[in-house]
Amino acid sequence: MTMKDYQLFDRNTRAFVYGFQTNAIQRMLDFDYLCRRSVPSVAAIINPNRAGVHKLFWGTEEILLPMYRTIPEAVAAHPSVDVMVNFASFRSAFETSMEALASPGIKTVAIIAEGVPERMARVMAATAQKMKKTIIGPATVGGLTAGAFRIGNTAGTIENIIESKLHRPGCVGFVSKSGGMLNEAFNIIARNSSGAVEGIAIGGDRYPGSDLLDHILRFETNPDVAIIASLGEVGGTDEYRIVEALKEGKITKPLVIWVTGTCSKVLPGSVQFGHAGAKAQTDLETADAKNRALKEAGAIVPDSFDGYGDEIRRVYESLLAEGKLREVEEPEIPTIPMDYAKAVSEGIVRKSTNLICTISDDRGEEVLYGGKPLSRVLDDGMGIGGVIGLLWFKKEIPPWAAEFIELVLQIVADHGPAVSAAHNAIVASCAGKDLITSLASGLLTIGPRFGGAIDDAAREFKRARDSGLSPEEFVREMKTAGINIPGIGHRIKSVKNPDKRVELLIGYARENFERTDLLDYALAVQEITTAKKGNLILNVDGCIGVLFIDLMSSCEVFDEREIDDVIKYGYLNGLFALGRSIGIIGHILDQKRLDSRLYRHPQDDIAFMLPEFK
Amino acid sequence: MAQRGIREFDAKRILAEMLPGYIDDFDYNGEIALVTADTDLEVVAVDNPWVKKKKLVVKPDQLFGKRGAHGLILLDASWDEAKKYIQENMGCEVLVGSVVGTLDTFLIEPFVPHGPEEEHYVAIKSEREKDVIYFSLRGGIDIEANWDSVTEIPVSVLARPEEIDLGSKLPAGLADRLAPTAAFIRGLYRLYRDLGFSYLEINPFVFAEGKIVPLDLVARLDDAEAFWQRKTWQGLEFPEPFGRALTEEEAWIKEIDSRTGASLKLTILNPRGRVWTMVAGGGASVIYADTICDLGFSGELANYGEYSGDPSTQDTYEYTKTILDLMTREKDPGGRNKFLLIGGGIANFTDVAKTFKGVVMGLEDYRDRLRDTGVEIYVRRGGPHYEEGLRIMRQLGERLGVPIHVYGPETHMTRIVSMALGGGE
Repeated sequence: MTMKDYQLFDRNTRAFVYGFQTNAIQRMLDFDYLCRRSVPSVAAIINPNRAGVHKLFWGTEEILLPMYRTIPEAVAAHPSVDVMVNFASFRSAFETSMEALASPGIKTVAIIAEGVPERMARVMAATAQKMKKTIIGPATVGGLTAGAFRIGNTAGTIENIIESKLHRPGCVGFVSKSGGMLNEAFNIIARNSSGAVEGIAIGGDRYPGSDLLDHILRFETNPDVAIIASLGEVGGTDEYRIVEALKEGKITKPLVIWVTGTCSKVLPGSVQFGHAGAKAQTDLETADAKNRALKEAGAIVPDSFDGYGDEIRRVYESLLAEGKLREVEEPEIPTIPMDYAKAVSEGIVRKSTNLICTISDDRGEEVLYGGKPLSRVLDDGMGIGGVIGLLWFKKEIPPWAAEFIELVLQIVADHGPAVSAAHNAIVASCAGKDLITSLASGLLTIGPRFGGAIDDAAREFKRARDSGLSPEEFVREMKTAGINIPGIGHRIKSVKNPDKRVELLIGYARENFERTDLLDYALAVQEITTAKKGNLILNVDGCIGVLFIDLMSSCEVFDEREIDDVIKYGYLNGLFALGRSIGIIGHILDQKRLDSRLYRHPQDDIAFMLPEFK
Repeated sequence: MAQRGIREFDAKRILAEMLPGYIDDFDYNGEIALVTADTDLEVVAVDNPWVKKKKLVVKPDQLFGKRGAHGLILLDASWDEAKKYIQENMGCEVLVGSVVGTLDTFLIEPFVPHGPEEEHYVAIKSEREKDVIYFSLRGGIDIEANWDSVTEIPVSVLARPEEIDLGSKLPAGLADRLAPTAAFIRGLYRLYRDLGFSYLEINPFVFAEGKIVPLDLVARLDDAEAFWQRKTWQGLEFPEPFGRALTEEEAWIKEIDSRTGASLKLTILNPRGRVWTMVAGGGASVIYADTICDLGFSGELANYGEYSGDPSTQDTYEYTKTILDLMTREKDPGGRNKFLLIGGGIANFTDVAKTFKGVVMGLEDYRDRLRDTGVEIYVRRGGPHYEEGLRIMRQLGERLGVPIHVYGPETHMTRIVSMALGGGE
């Protein structure tokens, strides 16, 4: 079925939407569904940033709409599409609309953007006229053909569309400049007649692509339209074209029209109304003069906007009485499911969550760390230690504790290229792997044998002390079990050659911690072990482990269960992994800068000892 | 976004700077200086050495014409005379047409001696389908009386500028000046098209020592072109129209407007008026003001304004307070009630309940003053969550002890105007 000249849209019209306006596209599809269209009115989306598909609701089901980067691609794939709803910004509205006009299949372009320069608007309008095509806009919400097709966001919410009976045709053709007033006009028309057949907002600019008369003349020839209604506006002279058409007898249907802006005579000359075109530059352009001229030419002009609906009702009822109109049979309206987000915001539905987060929240204006806004974290100078307190322990720890954590991070940051993590990372980097992969490869070595001693030491020393073992009993117990005491022993360092790092940590703890019970216990253990062998000293891992327990005991904010959790969940391994990441990344970047080649372990460094093949 | 007038100073500066790019031998030098109340005249003399060497013209540059007719032009003056004239006139109130305003900006340029018969007229105007170039040999202040001497040359909006036939259309009386005049107008027209002009009138321009010099010039630009004309407009600012100094409250709303993405507008028409409006939406706000006037209450209309584009609760709160403060400053001398019309059409997607929250906060703040002043409030609105918004308003009425009449989309948009002012439903 082909459309008549007086129709821009029917129930089969298919459109491109230029611009990734997901809400507007969904609203168009919801309207289609409400009207029981068989296919969605949007054939494809043109999105200069991305091609592919976009998923939308069609009633309760989900469907996919194709998405193209350019107008020619979309046109080639969908040759029967004849409308483009152009959501391009004012900067690109001209180029994209001209491109659409140049595509033979596209007959109607709706331009939503506000702020399109007048010269561009005039060139578009003249081009469209030359090609016998229609532009709606710029600076408009668009328009709507009842029961058939909706441009973008026209007529607002689904509730409003049903309320204004736009899901099925009525008998009034309406055109205005203002898009904002289109909604109100639909309401007025629905309350005073059987409703609208079509409503178009041509846009508030000085040079709209199509003007009031263009649409009025379409309504005149459209047999479904019995009453024409229009709202003009102060400024410009377009309404005089309607006056001429009335005088020439080109408009025979009743035309109810009102030109707004009659108040401009009492306003200071410089006040610019909301619309760019709404400013009278001559007396002829005033609303009063236009209303007068229209009335004289035979249009139905109320005395004020207040009588606008009454005039429509009067005309409607007289046409009904004359038998020229029949009342509309109301179709059944399918239900459009409410969007989940909307239902939630209205408190209609609830749903249990699958995940819980208790440490941070990025939903507001600013991310929260443990409930504290990031800007406050920075203002208070909480440092890395303080942030770890918030995100790991969910506590504001005292500055001396934060500083201790930072001390630990600095101490564990690196231990040369030969240790497991750095070595693995270097090998991975030499194999051409990226930074993150190489880092992960290094971190994966952290565990019971490498780096894990901090956790183990904290656990074992705490267990021993809490169960009342004397240092001697503890050493004996471990020896009997055949286990090396974690955190005791160093490859090089000894009593005579103490580890500077350990001395530093102990010094800091003695000065700042309220309690160093577990350290004292560990040092008592060291006294026994070093008596056996000089290098069985409390090493840096052991020192960090026990001091962390002392730190928590010194802070009032931790209870006993939380201290046990810290050990149980491997917080201290986390501290090692975090600090050591600094060194690992350093090694990887080092290799990248050196442009190191693939590492292959020398064969002479491997003892090949295979079983004999039989 | 609309057509906006610019200062003669800026227009001439653009011409001097940009027109040579369109015409081979155009050498108007753009000797021109702008003086405001803050300008140090001695600095002007240093920056523009010609002011001390040439005879000068001084005139206000504040978007109003017919300066000669208003006696607001100083001709053939020395630098000392020009300074004296500026010092005497700066800050003076003058009546131009029906508008009283303060003189605060003057331009100074060299005086070009010429006979009245040498004054030519050129103007370019835009219409929907074409631009029209106007030319007359008989320019000057009597151009309107001499309009039959004006040649009109229409140029289709789709025409290419090089296709325009000027030579054969300009009057033969130009004689040996025909070719340079045609070249000048062609260049001027191309500049007009390229640089976002929507109106340009040079009346008059003269030939001085064989060179074309624009003497008096009026121009409007399409401010929507600002994005494309960042370089060519050279940072010009659009001045406020003559005679409209903003009141403190208007300035405050303008400031809020500039800070948010929403739109908030306020123009005070008559602070003693009894009818105040607070209407959502540009289209609807005009119609409310219209209806008040159409029902014969234009003398009582206190303000024009609108809020739209989803303003925040804080914005609508401030807006409400500003209006309530103005309307409750004094009682009506006749002891009659005042009316506040909180109107609007059916919103597309704006949450009515949410925007009314700020309005309610403002009304609560002014509870006592509203009662003392005898304010009656009428509300009409539709759109998302309007039922909730209207309910909040009804409840507020009971709480405030101020009559609040509340209506939704079932009531014609402007019916509250006649209900309030006409005294019946």
